Amino acid sequence: MNLEFSPEDLAFRDEVRSFIEQNYPESLRGKQDEGDDLTKEDFLSWHKVLAKKGWVAPSWPKEWGGCDWTSTQKYIFSEETARADAIAILPFGVAMVAPVIYTFGTQAQKERFLPKIYNGEEWWCQGYSEPGAGSDLASLKTKAERITGDDGKEYYLVNGQKTWTTLAQHADWGFFLVRTDPTAKIQSGISFLLIDMKSPGIEVRRITTLEGGHEVNEVWLENVKVPVEQRVFEENKGWTCAKFLLAHERSGIAGVARSKRGVEKVREMASTELNDDGTPLIQDPAFKRKVAELEIDLTALEFTELRTLASESAGKGPGPESSLLKIKGTEIQQRLTELALEAAGHYGSPYLRDAGDNARIGPDYAVGRAGAYFNTRKTSIYGGSNEIQRNIIAKMVLGL
Amino acid sequence: MDFNFTEEQSMLRDTVTSFLQDRYDFDKRRKMITSEAGRDPAIWEAFANELGILGAPFSEDLGGLGGGAIENMIVMEEFGKALVVEPYLGTVVIGGGLLKHSGYAGAADLIGGIIEGKVIIAFAYAEPQGRYTWSDLKTTAKKDGSGYVLNGHKAVVIGAPWATHLIVTARTGGGQRDEGGVSVFIVEKGAKGVVTRDYPTVDGQRASEVYFENVSVGADALIGAEGAGLPLVNKVLDEAAAASCAEAVGAMRQLHTGTLEYARQRKQFGVPIASFQVLQHRMVDMFMNVEQSVSMTYMATIKLEDDAERAKAVSAAKVQIGKACKFVGQNAIQIHGGMGMTDELAIGHYFKRVTMIEGLYGSVDHHLRRYEGLSFGKAA
Repeated sequence: MNLEFSPEDLAFRDEVRSFIEQNYPESLRGKQDEGDDLTKEDFLSWHKVLAKKGWVAPSWPKEWGGCDWTSTQKYIFSEETARADAIAILPFGVAMVAPVIYTFGTQAQKERFLPKIYNGEEWWCQGYSEPGAGSDLASLKTKAERITGDDGKEYYLVNGQKTWTTLAQHADWGFFLVRTDPTAKIQSGISFLLIDMKSPGIEVRRITTLEGGHEVNEVWLENVKVPVEQRVFEENKGWTCAKFLLAHERSGIAGVARSKRGVEKVREMASTELNDDGTPLIQDPAFKRKVAELEIDLTALEFTELRTLASESAGKGPGPESSLLKIKGTEIQQRLTELALEAAGHYGSPYLRDAGDNARIGPDYAVGRAGAYFNTRKTSIYGGSNEIQRNIIAKMVLGL
Repeated sequence: MDFNFTEEQSMLRDTVTSFLQDRYDFDKRRKMITSEAGRDPAIWEAFANELGILGAPFSEDLGGLGGGAIENMIVMEEFGKALVVEPYLGTVVIGGGLLKHSGYAGAADLIGGIIEGKVIIAFAYAEPQGRYTWSDLKTTAKKDGSGYVLNGHKAVVIGAPWATHLIVTARTGGGQRDEGGVSVFIVEKGAKGVVTRDYPTVDGQRASEVYFENVSVGADALIGAEGAGLPLVNKVLDEAAAASCAEAVGAMRQLHTGTLEYARQRKQFGVPIASFQVLQHRMVDMFMNVEQSVSMTYMATIKLEDDAERAKAVSAAKVQIGKACKFVGQNAIQIHGGMGMTDELAIGHYFKRVTMIEGLYGSVDHHLRRYEGLSFGKAA
């Protein structure tokens, strides 16, 4: 048992660090510094740099572009990207649908989809939640009926509505859970379909979230024809893919490295902001106590994640324990945004989302703190709410 | 980076576990701790002679097994599971730690005695007024010829009734709370002028108030340099704190699994209470507290070797484990309902032990303050 990096690991860290320094897109850096909304091209610019280097999907199987990194190398990579404030690679393609495709898909599906996900040529969104199916995901109603098209080929005719679909406004493809057998028991009549978002009958409608942002959407599907070849795994066995994907989704969700950077930012803010008595806020015993407790909880989470990674590299896939990482990780992310907003003081309140670059009010570090706080409430709701995660641990880990 | 135990370490754990299952179950323990001596010395002899675990953290040239802090962690976690009261923490972790880190001339002999089970050490570091400030000492050691004369009162010296030797902190110079002027001495328990008042503690241990009344010791009683003992004391008490975190982890695992078992069999309203979601989520929160405590115990134990990181790491762990002891202990009692309030069930005994560990070597608030001092610098 030790925490030391081997000379190889240290060399790898230096390589990652200098690669990011030299290759991180400058325009993206500028927009991040200004707190601007990112466009599709912004998101993809960093993705494409990493894809070219061969580092965009380290966890994938080697034949599709994975890196064969050790858990230590993965840890170093996420630490370094967070340290450099690099944006996160969007998970929907690389981290969500791709593992389902390379685990359950046909050879043709792998060849069709994986390279384009890897290279950032196709943007993916996730069609899971419905107005009536949130935490109770298996109660979803979007239905897919088998039909024979005019061309004599087999299709699914999909009708229904998905919601909370993140960044669907940019998406080329979506992976959808649909009901293919309405008579079966609730979890056994579901299939996993890959749907071209340009298909006739798909409509994406913006949902504006409470901080004013456009991240999520409703996706309406009306008589959308989907070739049966775009079903992954067996018909009515989609729930297997869904569960597999949820476990994958949770394992990256702890966000330790980013939260560590977040703590640094809060400390920087609180060193500049002055307290009631004119001393730096960070020296206020009450504020300092909250930051200290957050740091300690984050250290505990970090070492829990490292233990999980170690047991994963010993051959076990991400299991239900990753629910713990999700719960604790999201709680910490929320506390961080809460402290940052608190530190911003008066300047937490100005709201100038669409007012242009020259209309900033207050210190730079205060810009966007309220939006981040409101927006981050989502983390304990998405990916299976934290209450659902507790149900998962109760059932799968504690056997209750 | 590596979180695996070696084969030897796994064997050490298995050896201790199976011995304790066989010889230290709850009823046997109850008989031992309620006996006049408060323990069964045969257990310690078996640790020395049958298991050889008293040498776990000592180098092979001292006669040990060649391990270190990880081995202490493994032993202490298993002791936590069985609520072992034997003085491993005082003797092996603290006594052994003070002797091996200080370069003390008599260290090899005394460590040999520890490994054979013949030397039992209690560390008299706390004083009635000092709370968790290890340099707050009224006990004095006055130079007398080549030796010293000790005077003072040491508070709640755990394991002192069973000890062959006391290691004591005393002031050889400086003011009552100064960092300089702290010295460490080893004294035979039977030395003239050592007066003890022995008593049981709420968690089944034995302790003493120890009074040094003009106790004369030779120059060879001094461990480390005169007046410069505080860094040694800090280091070893950090090692002890990490080991006590491991003990707490063992005890909390029992609190958690015991609660799960109870909730599965206890029926109310015609169903097991484990089927109630409000209790399931409580037990999940207990689980997360235990797992986070395991992580912090590993972290702190590994960082004990790193003098720059040690104190901050141990304080962080003590904060996490202290909070977890309270949460897991209190909820274990709550979910056991009335049965949790009885002396008959083991659950209350685990609760008492983790509650005492919570305050051992510094409370949650103490360690939060120390962590803040190390992480943010002292307030201007």
